[in-house]
Amino acid sequence: MTTPALKEWPLWEVFVRSKQGLEHKHCGSLHAADAQQALQMARDVYTRRQEGVSIWVVPSANITASLPEDKDALFEPSADKIYRHPTFYEIPDEVGHM
Amino acid sequence: MAVNTDYLLHLADNALILGQRNAEWCGHGPILEEDMAMANNSLDLIGQARLLYQHVANLRKDGRTSEDLLAYFRDAYEFRNYTLLELPHSTALLPTASGDRDYSVTIVRNFLYSALMVLVWDALKQSSDSHLAAIAAKSFKEVQYHLAHSRSWLIRLGDGTGLSHQKMQAAVDYLMPFTQEFWVDSPMEIVAAETGLGLQVSSLKAAWEEIVDDALTEATLKYSSSQGFVTTGKLGVHSEHLGFVLAEMQSLARAHPTAVW
Repeated sequence: MTTPALKEWPLWEVFVRSKQGLEHKHCGSLHAADAQQALQMARDVYTRRQEGVSIWVVPSANITASLPEDKDALFEPSADKIYRHPTFYEIPDEVGHM
Repeated sequence: MAVNTDYLLHLADNALILGQRNAEWCGHGPILEEDMAMANNSLDLIGQARLLYQHVANLRKDGRTSEDLLAYFRDAYEFRNYTLLELPHSTALLPTASGDRDYSVTIVRNFLYSALMVLVWDALKQSSDSHLAAIAAKSFKEVQYHLAHSRSWLIRLGDGTGLSHQKMQAAVDYLMPFTQEFWVDSPMEIVAAETGLGLQVSSLKAAWEEIVDDALTEATLKYSSSQGFVTTGKLGVHSEHLGFVLAEMQSLARAHPTAVW
């Protein structure tokens, strides 16, 4: 069986690092035939206003995402556990800055 | 000694006319990303033209020349761009409507011109005119991307489907003869080379052929003949197409000469 030619280009997620030392941040997605072309297009679409010093592109299909319907089970339980935030604790004056 | 502003205008007009042509794709690109890529390309080219026109205006010091006067109030015979750059985006002999626009012509022309300018701007970084050398340093970075962009599409479409290959070969066959104009040194280029302002482009021919040959081979396209009539746009003698480009580009400025944003 032969693989039919793709009628639509696959989707890529674009991550741009705005400055040396900062992390790459997700800024959008685009369609491209392959990784090299996705990089080139990301440059033209997402870095026109000097937004970046580095670009990553990742095939969207390679991202495993949590399901919206699992939201309650996954995230609700942490809502009432305020002791997980450092601001919950009073720090004795003697400790000084932590 | 009179400054050779003709040479600077030649560089500026090349950038402006190709920038104007490529901007025709704005809102009509084959895909959104290419629409933006071509607009970026045009803005780079128009930016180069502006710097060069401003430089000419400063050199003339006649209190009247400005970048706008040079771009909007000169007629076709005063433009010094290569004829290659004023042609419509079409291999048809008589393209009539915007519907005739063919991306293969856009890509091949950008490739042939960028392959030249990557060499020209690199060499002009050593110009005796420090202002031109600075413009060259900036433009060199821009044209490196223009070359990479057009080269990648040349290879994708040349080595693509049967139809895309056929269209790319047609564009190469159509445009290649216009590149002969690069290699016939004009009086203004010879003077520019003698004074160290510019260079004789004919000295870059072998290097240009290497870039072009290398990419065409990878694109499975044939290096077509570049013989026949040699165009003379840089001498101010143009094809019938430049008048239409200028009419569209200049009409607003001429109708409202003192208008501002």
